[in-house]
Amino acid sequence: MMKGSGLRAYALLYLLFLYAPILLLPIFAFNSGTVISFPLKSFTTEWFGQMFGNATLRRALTNSLIIAVSSSVLATCLGIFAARASTRFAFPGKGPIMGLIMLPLVLPEIIVAIALLVVLLSLGMTLNVFTVILGHTLICMPYAAVILSTAFNSLDRSLEEAAYDLGETKWSAFRLVILPLVMPGIISSLLMSFTISLDEFIIAFFLAGNEPTLPTYIFSQLRFPKQIPMIMALGTVLVVLSIVLLTIAEYFRRRGVARTGAKDTGGFL
Amino acid sequence: MTETRDNRPEAVTPMIECRGVHKYYGDYHALRGIDLTIRAGEFFSLLGPSGCGKTTLLRTIAGFEDISSGVVLVDGKDMAGVAANHRPTNMVFQSYAIFPHLTVAENVGFGLRRDPRGKAEKAAAVEEALAMVGLKGYGARASHALSGGQRQRVALARALILKPKVLLLDEPLSALDRKMREQMQVELIKLQRQVGITFVLVTHDQEEALVMSDRIAVMFEGGIAQLDGPEALYARPASRRVADFIGVMNFLPTRVVGDTPSGTEIEVPGFGRVEIPASNVSRANPDDDGPSIGFRPEAVSLVAPGAAGHSHVAEGVIDEVVYYGDMTYYDIRLDGSDGFGDKVRPVRIAMRNVFGREVQDVGARANVSWSPGSLVLFR
Repeated sequence: MMKGSGLRAYALLYLLFLYAPILLLPIFAFNSGTVISFPLKSFTTEWFGQMFGNATLRRALTNSLIIAVSSSVLATCLGIFAARASTRFAFPGKGPIMGLIMLPLVLPEIIVAIALLVVLLSLGMTLNVFTVILGHTLICMPYAAVILSTAFNSLDRSLEEAAYDLGETKWSAFRLVILPLVMPGIISSLLMSFTISLDEFIIAFFLAGNEPTLPTYIFSQLRFPKQIPMIMALGTVLVVLSIVLLTIAEYFRRRGVARTGAKDTGGFL
Repeated sequence: MTETRDNRPEAVTPMIECRGVHKYYGDYHALRGIDLTIRAGEFFSLLGPSGCGKTTLLRTIAGFEDISSGVVLVDGKDMAGVAANHRPTNMVFQSYAIFPHLTVAENVGFGLRRDPRGKAEKAAAVEEALAMVGLKGYGARASHALSGGQRQRVALARALILKPKVLLLDEPLSALDRKMREQMQVELIKLQRQVGITFVLVTHDQEEALVMSDRIAVMFEGGIAQLDGPEALYARPASRRVADFIGVMNFLPTRVVGDTPSGTEIEVPGFGRVEIPASNVSRANPDDDGPSIGFRPEAVSLVAPGAAGHSHVAEGVIDEVVYYGDMTYYDIRLDGSDGFGDKVRPVRIAMRNVFGREVQDVGARANVSWSPGSLVLFR
């Protein structure tokens, strides 16, 4: 009994340590005081109004969404190619090539950022949203490749052959049979890449030029104490959005699993 | 390759012809010059241990593997350069390859996507195909909720709905339990007779091949060792290796005394001097253990000492008794094995258990009745 309750207390403390800072976000987002400290003053939605009225913030948000959507789609498309090649074919240099795709996972991000900056500048490219998309695609690729390889690996190879045998072309066999079956993997890959890109700071900081992204904008505003309540409001919106997004993703994942009758081997929730 | 039965190519229409088919995977020589004719409308089996090339041969016929050299003809047409989706063959896969995201009807109707017929006609064709395999009314079910036997039927219906000239079956029954397998064997034979399509079955299960096939090609190491009907294959295996693979066969080392006008005279431990008719002499015996004779456990029988009417009787001691309910297997150590070295093993005899006949005990003396016609000489 003693041991059990001790572990329970430890688990509670652990969860509190993990999530209390996040709980503070909505509390201060609705607090009318400009200083982030207790005791709380009165309830207000002023910070949200300020946030929606902020043109630079809107621009940063738009940029971030463009970057996150583009790089998640790009990384997932490239990941499909890589995953299919690695699970379906044997070719010379397969090990090293897959290793190369995984490399950004272990390289310090700042090294990647500086290297990209040097290359892009020496190529004479202007730093803008597009260069950030390139950088983010690079760092999202390993995640996409891993998630999609797992999805492709779990497929019986004869499914595709059966479709081909029944008169379909290689492409229509892929579209009619393989694509629907790896769709949960594709959605996972898109979400993962989207999330990574949305809150990525270092590469965006180096490669965005004068364009703000959400993380770089937030960082720049932390110098001004009176902006902090608005950042809290922004944080609250982002937390709520993440939860909604995750719920939707999990809903589709479970539906996909139920439809194909596969064994549910865990997901996000 | 030897073909000892039904050797009348002019009497039948060939459906599949393989001529000098070789297949290499890098350095690995998977198919070593396959010459084979499969007749229209027959149930043909490719039988062999794993790695013998039987699945590779099936996949080359289906168009999933390119051949390194040689010719494959299906219904008289050269299949070189014809991809699997344009061949008049359909395949039932070992894993069944049922599309898990589609319903039973969608699976069965998958191959009709490019069919110009209308929706209602296609639905009727699907229903007809399902009825043929005994799954009437299952169309709306989710395919992942089916049992192994039902998946097998869906795979059959899905392939047969396209009315292929040849149905290729890659170990279709290996995933089923014994009862289901035996039931499906009979159903497949009936189905084949009903649709009249040429079936080519790949299996490693010799019993399955014997039960289902009109003719069987036994394959070892990328080549065909024997092509024959089931009875001929069982009664007169062309080599010791084939004999060993098909069912149970007893082998006894033998001394060849000499050739006679009608066969070969030999000396066998326990059996003495025997003349083997020429039809039962096989010279295809590459694994050189010296000459030997072979006979099936049910080709000999245990008889009471001194019983009348048995012209050939060998004596021995019961070494082992294995009781199977309907059958009893006796392993018998024959007398007179001296001088043949230690290669003489006890011979296995299968006796049907008849009411009133007692099962013998280990260590008892036994008389074995045999006849020269049931022995096959490998030299």
